[in-house]
Amino acid sequence: MAFGDQYRTWKVDTDKVPAACGLSGVISEDGNRMSGEMIIESMRVIHDRGNGLGGGFAGYGIYPENAGHYAMHIMFEDQAGKAACEAMLAEELEVDSAEEIPTAPSEAIVDPPLLWRYFALPRGEKVKASGLADDDFMVRLVMKINTTVPGTFVFSSGKNMGVFKAVGFAEDVGEFYRLGEYEAYTWIGHGRFPTNTPGWWGGAHPFNILDWAVVHNGEISSYGINKRYLEMFGYECTLLTDTEVMAYLFDLLIRKHGLPLEIACKVLAAPFWKDIDADKDADEKELYESLRMVYASALVNGPFAVIVGYSRGMLGLNDRIKLRPLIAATKDDLLYVSSEESAIRQICPKPDRVWAPNAGQPVIGRLKGDV
Amino acid sequence: MPGNMVTSEFLVNVDHERCRRCKRCILNCGFGVFDFQNMTTADSSKCVACHRCVVFCPEEAITITRNPLAFREHPSWDVDKRKAIWKQAQTPGMILTGMGNDLPWLNVFDHLLIDACQVTNPSIDPLREPMELRTYLGRKPDSLKVERDDGKFKLDSKVANNIKLDIPIMFSGMSYGSVSLNTHRALAIAAEELGTVMNTGEGGLHKELYPYRDHIIVQCASGRFGVHSEYLNAGVAVEIKVGQGAKPGIGGHLPGEKIGKEVSSTRMIPQGTDALSPAPHHDIYSIEDLRQLIYALKEATGYKPVSVKIAAVHNVAAIASGIARAGADIIYLDGFRGGTGASPAVVRDHVGIPVEIALAVVDQQLRSEGIRNWVSIIAAGGIRSSADVVKAIALGADAVGIGTAALIAMGCRLCQKCYTGNCSWGIATQRPELTGRLDPDWGAERLINLVNSWSLEVKEVLGALGVNAVESLRGNRERLRALGLDESTMDILDVKPAGR
Repeated sequence: MAFGDQYRTWKVDTDKVPAACGLSGVISEDGNRMSGEMIIESMRVIHDRGNGLGGGFAGYGIYPENAGHYAMHIMFEDQAGKAACEAMLAEELEVDSAEEIPTAPSEAIVDPPLLWRYFALPRGEKVKASGLADDDFMVRLVMKINTTVPGTFVFSSGKNMGVFKAVGFAEDVGEFYRLGEYEAYTWIGHGRFPTNTPGWWGGAHPFNILDWAVVHNGEISSYGINKRYLEMFGYECTLLTDTEVMAYLFDLLIRKHGLPLEIACKVLAAPFWKDIDADKDADEKELYESLRMVYASALVNGPFAVIVGYSRGMLGLNDRIKLRPLIAATKDDLLYVSSEESAIRQICPKPDRVWAPNAGQPVIGRLKGDV
Repeated sequence: MPGNMVTSEFLVNVDHERCRRCKRCILNCGFGVFDFQNMTTADSSKCVACHRCVVFCPEEAITITRNPLAFREHPSWDVDKRKAIWKQAQTPGMILTGMGNDLPWLNVFDHLLIDACQVTNPSIDPLREPMELRTYLGRKPDSLKVERDDGKFKLDSKVANNIKLDIPIMFSGMSYGSVSLNTHRALAIAAEELGTVMNTGEGGLHKELYPYRDHIIVQCASGRFGVHSEYLNAGVAVEIKVGQGAKPGIGGHLPGEKIGKEVSSTRMIPQGTDALSPAPHHDIYSIEDLRQLIYALKEATGYKPVSVKIAAVHNVAAIASGIARAGADIIYLDGFRGGTGASPAVVRDHVGIPVEIALAVVDQQLRSEGIRNWVSIIAAGGIRSSADVVKAIALGADAVGIGTAALIAMGCRLCQKCYTGNCSWGIATQRPELTGRLDPDWGAERLINLVNSWSLEVKEVLGALGVNAVESLRGNRERLRALGLDESTMDILDVKPAGR
């Protein structure tokens, strides 16, 4: 069930699709680059958490030679979509280079769309005319392509990072995209188990907007209001899955509102009133009370475990009552986060420390220096 | 010629074998139905079916039935229409009524179904896990600034005054004058105990209730009854009442008989004079005038939240947007099923729109303008059960107001005769022999029980929905489905049909 059948509906149908999943992620805080082979091996162990209807990865630091450009990964159903999209890109962006994303066709991955990547920067005069910052300009362009160009979907738009996803089991997807040939200081991976509709290429995780890549296991019971909240800020949720609201919420809270990452986590998985009321630190109490008042509609309710990648780090987070599994481990400068300990031990047999993060308590790995 | 052509609505029957002539019914009936001449007699034409006599008869000797008198059926000339014509042919004047719209209009709440979790996301057991209903009413900024200071996070923004409610249910405005002081006392006691607020309505606040100031919203209506600076500061917020769901566009009239000593001093009008509320505020003839009053009230109260109450009318979304931009912190939407102490029946029954629809379009309008954070929305006028509370919140309400339901909890039988001042239950009356019947503590206990029951039910539904905070239900129309609504209504509500 590849790209073709589904896409016609995702442009108009905004229903969400419940899904369960397996996650894994690793970051080298020293910025050492690791082969994509590693994250494929980790995901292979938790094969049974997916059902073959979606798998994907994101790697950070994979395009050092093009680090200054937005790396746009785009899937096209056909040449017509590609032509229409490229015309739009040419108008809005200075495209530095474009190439087909290298793949290793296999029986496990059927009916792939055309997969291309473009390294580009927004045209100065266009940005100026729009009155937006570069990043906002790019967000708007991605939304525009995804909602108006038929059979076309931008699935990665950050700098020096890339998302690779498809319908299939995660390990097959990783091999299809030849991830062993990329090196990243952060890798996150995802195997999907959608529960009531066929998977489709765009619906696989990670979800990405600019720097943010999100893999998610869960179902957002508050989806309806999170979506309507995001719409107030110009985000359009069109992708048939509730995970994209996670990506957009991070983008809104951190990039647009400038909240620290830890605080954004306290918005998404808000502390309970009983704990806020019991807080003896008056400033802290006011902070958390105000956060819940102002960002009530950004509370993500329902079971979730997410791993979020961004250029400076990696985050693991559970919902406020931990209704989905999430395990973390460290070894030297490496931080691992995964749905299952087995997926960590597969690539790190003797971690220094293994623990189950508490509900709503973020686990954050940060780059120590420049990469 | 016959003096009265309007036949009795109800028949009162006293079983003389059971009656032991204790005369409790005579004492209890506020409408003077009963008399005693060797035995208890009843004038059925005065009966309003308020059941006071039935409840207090120790022998269960009284039965009240609908008058079975046959009328030739006619689908467009139903009996009520014929009776209205007989009444108006008899004495010229508007037909008055009380409480909310009693015509069988489509009730949108009754065509909405709530979702629940199965397998893919777990439901949550409210007996085991926290289930949060706390709600803040008032203006919120679009975003917050948080600074990292010495490894600690510090808030670098100020949030305007908000009203903190432990539950998203408040008591709607019912004025002292239209209801008794004991009714106000019961509401105030209950609001304090429940961690919510009561609304004074337009008749001022009796001095005795000032100690409940943390649980009171004071109203400022077109008559300005009882409005002075101490009063304005005797609550957590001020509400400008522009309109009321039961009588959009018209004023109010509290007859002089209801203006006794206490009402007179609270309202600051002479005893025995009619209290007339003009239809419009005479200082609000446009939105910029409203803005001036909003800011005058803020200045007078040290910037407490200001609520603006409007009746749900056709153009409500644009009006609400204007109110938000005029500086209001709360918009109180009163649907066409909202109650009243007195209204011409023609207005009560035919003017305005349901709060379900008004709420949906206002919430969406404010969102599409990106200003939903600026105001909280209260939905009132037709909230009858915890299911209605859940549905209203899912449609976008921050909280709901209940008036009629609160009165029913205290004994009201919905006889719709509030405007007569004869309320046998001591609620909508100022007659001392009647008002004493409502014990404020007893009334408060019943209100507390009712609202606590509803809160339990709301929590149960939240758990079934798999969320543990009311803000995850608020505006989450994805968790509602419509059954039996037409396409355009579903489109307006932004709710899908069941099965999709």
